[in-house]
Amino acid sequence: MNLSELPSVLWQGTVETAQMVVWSALLTALLGLPIGVLLVVTDRGGLRPLPMIKAMLGAVVNVGRSLPFIVLMVAILPFTRLVTGTTIGTVAAIVPLTLGAVPFYARLVETALRGVGREVVEAAQAMGARRLTIVVKVLLPEAVPQLVAGLTVTVVALIGYSAMAGAIGGGGLGDLAVRYGYQRFDTGVMVVTVVLLVIIVQLVQFLGDAVARKLSHQ
Amino acid sequence: MYNLPVIRVNALRKVYGSRVLALDGVDLHVREGEIFGVLGQSGAGKSTLLRCVNLLERPTSGTVQVGGRDLTALPEGELRRQRQRIGMIHQHFALLSSRTVADNIAFPLEIAGMSRAQRRARVAELLDLVGLADKAGARPAQLSGGQKQRVGIARALAARPKVLLSDEATSALDPATTQSILALLRRLNAELGLTILLITHEMQVIKSVCDSAATLREGRVVEAGGVYDLIATPGSLLTRELFPLPDPPPAGSLTLTLPIGRADEPIVSSLVRTYGVDVDIIGGTVEDLRGRSAGRLRVRIGGERAAEALESLRGRGVLVEAA
Repeated sequence: MNLSELPSVLWQGTVETAQMVVWSALLTALLGLPIGVLLVVTDRGGLRPLPMIKAMLGAVVNVGRSLPFIVLMVAILPFTRLVTGTTIGTVAAIVPLTLGAVPFYARLVETALRGVGREVVEAAQAMGARRLTIVVKVLLPEAVPQLVAGLTVTVVALIGYSAMAGAIGGGGLGDLAVRYGYQRFDTGVMVVTVVLLVIIVQLVQFLGDAVARKLSHQ
Repeated sequence: MYNLPVIRVNALRKVYGSRVLALDGVDLHVREGEIFGVLGQSGAGKSTLLRCVNLLERPTSGTVQVGGRDLTALPEGELRRQRQRIGMIHQHFALLSSRTVADNIAFPLEIAGMSRAQRRARVAELLDLVGLADKAGARPAQLSGGQKQRVGIARALAARPKVLLSDEATSALDPATTQSILALLRRLNAELGLTILLITHEMQVIKSVCDSAATLREGRVVEAGGVYDLIATPGSLLTRELFPLPDPPPAGSLTLTLPIGRADEPIVSSLVRTYGVDVDIIGGTVEDLRGRSAGRLRVRIGGERAAEALESLRGRGVLVEAA
């Protein structure tokens, strides 16, 4: 590659990665939160025990968690086409990224909500609170730092997945590393890309930790 | 002085799974305006009993009436409304760490659908009531244990309940803080006419605040009544717990339970002087029960006029039992 092209190529890759990760992270949070809440609420001893629903939901989440991302991505190509009209490009990559991350985040949400003390939930019940009130005003607010920490982990995982999404033309930094670094033996680009990815992950983790700490009142 | 029972628990049974019997036919009557203590070791079922009163735990059979309404028969929506009228405080305070002190206290008012302005006014009153007006904006993590329980109490009283349930509310506190929380409960009982049902394993709690007490063992009430009445009852378990004496008692020794409010009278010395008997004091405990002294002595009385001496003790209201 011409050295003068490098900055613009890197910038484009970074923007594509950012697009894929930010959008899929937003969708993951939006979908993962309610699923995580349902996993906790419908559990035995939960606010509304529904063993059948819990078992089904748990099974679906586990299937999603056990598929390697690259397999999931290929397997759902028809679904991706249905949703976005295409299977190639950054927008198309958001679909498998989201589907891959939702079960992951849902489990983290479940763990975060389970960390809220039983006594606090019972106190709210003793006050005559409705279930929805308990979820919205007790469980979720009390778990906010853990929910943020979980989202941070998920975003980092998404950055990793997004590199694989490059394989279906999603673009991004991972794609750049594969195309220039691996296929064209351009070690320089490879190294720069890797360094950039490391910096981004560090930045995300640092920000996530800072926000979680800010929101924690322990 | 007292009216009808405000809490009436009848034939309450709670079985966990198919075999663990937590409550085995408990009857309990808590009268309006009294502080009623349920005493028991851990595992005796007292926590289950308390949680059955506001139906956090649904009894296997039996009924729970609070303020004349059978809670076990209410549909869910109505039960929630009744719960808003029953305050509860918890061993580990159960405050929301994400909320300020003021917002914690406001929580039951939000549930009751009170407007923001009304909530603010009520919270200010409650903060004054428990002496935490300067902590309104603090988070629970910034408070001491005693302060946290004061917030818990303010929150429990926010919706002006007539009944307060206390689940080992002082068990996580040091002795001095325990006393200040107990004094607060006593004050609220007197000032607001609040009926309090508490469970505890600490004798100190029974001594300092309880008008009535029940002892729970293996899911059954083995003894219940007014604290002063129980002390005057021969063979009372509560008396034995309140005034521990050295065990085993030596042969021929007697246990004297002194009449309430007169434990500081010179009973023994007057006995010696009047009847010329020998009195060996083997052990004794005198306690202050809500401002009235009470106590128990283990003695051996010898001498020719010992029988007469015992008769005179009985005449003075002393309960004489073979140890």
